[in-house]
Amino acid sequence: MIDWIKQLPGNVIDFIGPEIIIATAKVVLVFGVLLVTTLLVIWFERRVIADMQARVGPNRWGPFGLFQTLADGIKLFFKEDFRPAAADRWTFVIAPVMAMVPAFLAFAVVPLGDHVVIAGHRVDLVMSDLNIGILYFLAVGSLGVYGVVLAGWASGSKYPLIGSIRSTAQMISYEIALGLSLVPIALVAGSLSTVDIVAAQAGTYDNIVLFGRDLNFLEGIIPHWFIVQQWPAFLIFLVAGIAETNRAPFDLPEAETELVAGYHTEYSGIRFAMFFLGEYVHVVAISAMAATLFFGGWHGWNPAFPAAIDWLRWIVPIFWFTIKTVAFVYLFVWLRATLPRLRYDRLMWVGWKRLIPGALVWIVVTAVLNSDPEEVPTSARLWVMAVVFAILLAWVWRGDPRLTALEPWRKKEVTRGTA
Amino acid sequence: MDVAVFVAVFVLALGSSLAMLFARNAVHVALFLVAGQVALAVAFLLQGAFFVAAVQVIVYAGAIMVLFLFVIMLLGVDQREALIEPLPGQRPLAIGLGALLVLEILYASMRGLDLASASPEGSAALARLNADPGNVEALARLLFSDFLLPFEVTSVLLVAAIVGVMALARRMGGPLTASERSDRAEEVAA
Repeated sequence: MIDWIKQLPGNVIDFIGPEIIIATAKVVLVFGVLLVTTLLVIWFERRVIADMQARVGPNRWGPFGLFQTLADGIKLFFKEDFRPAAADRWTFVIAPVMAMVPAFLAFAVVPLGDHVVIAGHRVDLVMSDLNIGILYFLAVGSLGVYGVVLAGWASGSKYPLIGSIRSTAQMISYEIALGLSLVPIALVAGSLSTVDIVAAQAGTYDNIVLFGRDLNFLEGIIPHWFIVQQWPAFLIFLVAGIAETNRAPFDLPEAETELVAGYHTEYSGIRFAMFFLGEYVHVVAISAMAATLFFGGWHGWNPAFPAAIDWLRWIVPIFWFTIKTVAFVYLFVWLRATLPRLRYDRLMWVGWKRLIPGALVWIVVTAVLNSDPEEVPTSARLWVMAVVFAILLAWVWRGDPRLTALEPWRKKEVTRGTA
Repeated sequence: MDVAVFVAVFVLALGSSLAMLFARNAVHVALFLVAGQVALAVAFLLQGAFFVAAVQVIVYAGAIMVLFLFVIMLLGVDQREALIEPLPGQRPLAIGLGALLVLEILYASMRGLDLASASPEGSAALARLNADPGNVEALARLLFSDFLLPFEVTSVLLVAAIVGVMALARRMGGPLTASERSDRAEEVAA
């Protein structure tokens, strides 16, 4: 009997199977880390924006105000859970969950590092290496629309409904651009799996020959990240990604100057906290995806370094990944502090008439440049990129005369001129 | 493990489909349909068809159903639908065809028919699809080599349908109808 108890842990592991235990541990760990990350990201955003606006920001709770979000969370927990009389009961309850869950799910395909060996079992530092990683990310993202849409509809009041109709149109439009911006990545990496995509970004550019000149000094300096050759796709991904998270300058669904608080006007207490959590996890998810797909994922600047010390081998990749993700979170915050909200017709214009055609053109260019890697020399690639860049810039910069003609002050000017 | 997931998926898919049939509210119907589609996507995952699962979620749950919801919300069709049948004789026809379909499925499952591998050609194609590089690569290769023409024709058909709808829905320069006139008046008033 006592022997049996002593062997219990081993028996349990044998019974359940190490794979399932490892998978469960990964899920719990990532979930917990994301919750803590959200607390920190909200604090980070408030401090950074405060700094940009020459304020102090939250500094009362804990060192540098670190526990402010925790205090806010506890407060939200104990607030009254109010449900308006006109609300659709179950949809109103489900909507915040639908907003939160897809954001967490996106992390299943984000590789946080290489692999670790624990008790003889190889543990990859990714929850699941799906062979359709990118598609999974898009699929989960497309489910994220439901939270906002249902919240607006179920509240049974007009501002949330307007907010949710706006966000439906916005998220569907930008989802297309987001999907198209990932096609060139799949073309270059030759795989849809995020693990393979990160693996394809290992190392540095060697033998750089530009216009017949051998640039030796650059050897081993420029990392083989996809941002180097795929920056137009990255720009499209970034814009569409920000639009997907419903954050400034694309925060029309919750435009507080027009719609009170948009789709979550009627939400309070813990349900509002869920929307908040979902939004910030989504921001971290898009940042992590940007780092993974375009900035080499967990690959550091110098890949030879971590091999020196054993425990550094798995700590350093996680460090690099975190640094890159935090950099993108900072970008998100920076944009929010800087840019004013887009007008609705301009939002649609950017999405449909610039991002989507731009992404399609870039897919064709990438396909042609990568049809035979030996054939196309680097200088030709650079020329093509320069030309594409010039055309894209001119094309976006010129804008649309019909749009500017709609602006009220222009109209006034025109009528004054003719009168 | 697989069995447990299968049972959960089965219950979820069947339950949400039934709930979809009996729900009164148009938005709830759409939601139950989404739940059913996601459950089916998990069923595809269980079969190792990752690509089909992802496409199922992206296209059906993520795009088409969101558009459905958008239209429902925009037009405000969330009231109880009128109980008038737009097509006479639709109900007996639906029951008859539905019964036929149930019989077919029962027959196929009772006989243990494996539809994909029923013919040697089909099983060979299936084996090729699931061969080494994985079914995503194999599917892509087939789609863009042997089946390129049908694939392209289908996409042209879809584009033609979209252009056709836009041509039909576009208002020509004729006089406005009464509802359009009131819309205009509201716009001006606003």
